[in-house]
Amino acid sequence: MTVQDPKKNLFTQPLSSSLFTANLPQRYRLDRLFVFFCLVAIALSVLALAVLMYDFLTDGLPRLNGQFITSFPSRRAASAGIAPALVGTFWMLFLVAVIAFPVGIGAGIYLEEFASDSGLSRIIEININNLAGVPSIIYGLLGLQLFVRGLEPITGGRSVLSGGLILSLLVLPIVIVTTREALRAVSDSIRQAGAALGATQWQVVREQILPIAIPGILTGTILALARAIGETAPLVVIGALTFVPYLPTNLQSPFTVLPIQIYNWISRPQPAFHDNAAAAIIVLMLVLLTMNATAIYFRNKFQKMRA
Amino acid sequence: MTFELPSSRSSDLWQPNRQVSQISEGVAKSLFMLFALVSVGTTIGIILTLIFETIEFFKIVPLWQFLTEDRWTPLFADAHFGIFVLVSATFLTSTIALMVAAPVGLLAAIYLSEYASPGVRRWLKPILEILAGVPSVVYGYFALLFVTPLLQKIIPNLQGFNGLSAGLVLGVSIIPLIASLSEDAIYAVPRSLRDGVYALGGTKRESITSVVLPAALSGIVASLILAVSRAIGETMIVTLAAGQNPRLGFNPLVPIETMTAYIVQVSLGDTAAGSLAYKTLFAVGMTLFLITLTLNVFSFWFVRRFREKYE
Repeated sequence: MTVQDPKKNLFTQPLSSSLFTANLPQRYRLDRLFVFFCLVAIALSVLALAVLMYDFLTDGLPRLNGQFITSFPSRRAASAGIAPALVGTFWMLFLVAVIAFPVGIGAGIYLEEFASDSGLSRIIEININNLAGVPSIIYGLLGLQLFVRGLEPITGGRSVLSGGLILSLLVLPIVIVTTREALRAVSDSIRQAGAALGATQWQVVREQILPIAIPGILTGTILALARAIGETAPLVVIGALTFVPYLPTNLQSPFTVLPIQIYNWISRPQPAFHDNAAAAIIVLMLVLLTMNATAIYFRNKFQKMRA
Repeated sequence: MTFELPSSRSSDLWQPNRQVSQISEGVAKSLFMLFALVSVGTTIGIILTLIFETIEFFKIVPLWQFLTEDRWTPLFADAHFGIFVLVSATFLTSTIALMVAAPVGLLAAIYLSEYASPGVRRWLKPILEILAGVPSVVYGYFALLFVTPLLQKIIPNLQGFNGLSAGLVLGVSIIPLIASLSEDAIYAVPRSLRDGVYALGGTKRESITSVVLPAALSGIVASLILAVSRAIGETMIVTLAAGQNPRLGFNPLVPIETMTAYIVQVSLGDTAAGSLAYKTLFAVGMTLFLITLTLNVFSFWFVRRFREKYE
């Protein structure tokens, strides 16, 4: 919808000549320059991702094999592996799914469906917004004091359970917010129909609203899970180990996770360990991309259902 | 016309147990309210944890010493506790990050919402989402083992750990945040405003720079503030790439230590609970928390105060 025809004669007549010149060629040149800079910006972002991936793929792929996946950490880079870290990461995945999903979805349902627009729900809402902006390392400090020290008899200190709990608290705001958005997208007429048939609010939510909203909720919660899996800082603070020569067997076992193993290898001086880190990054990214793909699958399904 | 209600027979078939429904309604409501209160509990927990240990810290180290000293050596025999040493490092890396991410993120947002065709958008948005989902430790690897060696070819006296490459990569990591939040703000500006500019003979660029961006300003500024807050709280990139040498000043070529890097450094060591080193964790954490909280609250306030509402 840009100006198509300058209509030069209109602007160059005496009426406007002294005060105003359209000067369109110059302005269009600036327009093209502007688009060019916008394109450069987006290209830079894409390029950054491409270079980043190229970097760890070329460094890591030669190192990636069966031995690497199934071995324990070692002082010799060539025989070291990620088995305990990978198992630890799956422990975190499992615990966050078990803890953060029910709590977050429940809280989302309460805020969106049950709570009146009262003082309490306003406070909870503001609170969730603020929590989402708290740096993850601060959650680590909370976990250190509350789960590792305060609840040590239950959690076993620097354990799988402490890690799972702190990551769950970390992603809880994301789960709550996405649950609310998914519920909000469900048409009100369904709630009214349910109420008209004499169902209680909970019955309507359980039988009618949730089945429609579940794909949307899953999209957001899987992305939240992916975020939890990539976190390093809070787990470093609660004291997840950097050298674990065994697999965590129960909730109170000490543990490590992939990002911490990667951090540990990067911070060693020998280049051979850096290649190990790159290989572990490939594994981590594969796990994350799989989760992202699943989330996108559910999102498309959700959009189809609403359409 | 009258209907004959099949009263006695239907009640045999369908007997809603209202009492059970009501009980399950009550249970669901109170349980879910409890879940919602977990988030409030988290906030209270964070604040109490930080305050409690910070008070313990200030019983040993006076506040003025914390604020005025120009060295940060809490683990040495000759202990100094100048928090601004760590704050200056955080400020340096975050400023570099913002200088990279603000123009790139904003222009990318403009491209996505104003110029990109739906097909291009469908490709670019997931790419930005992946960029946003890359774990920070991966960015740290990139900064330390790719960007720093690359920059050292251009700047010979750049050290192995430095604020520059940490800041640059930190900037890349917050581009998606700025791009997506700014795009939302730009996208929300109604079409009629753009059409108004065209009707006055303006070009597309003029409609963007003179009308659309000012109209979306509150959202854009809020996205920048949130991005800075994210950069300040970011941990692994700066820990890996910027080093662990507490140093006052703003030289981007030498190793420095940010607040978050200090917390990691102490956490990795074997620090006994109750020791002074343990308490410094929480004093630094409190400083970090206050800075990010102030920025977040300010950004919410800014949106609320300056948002242009269009019908």
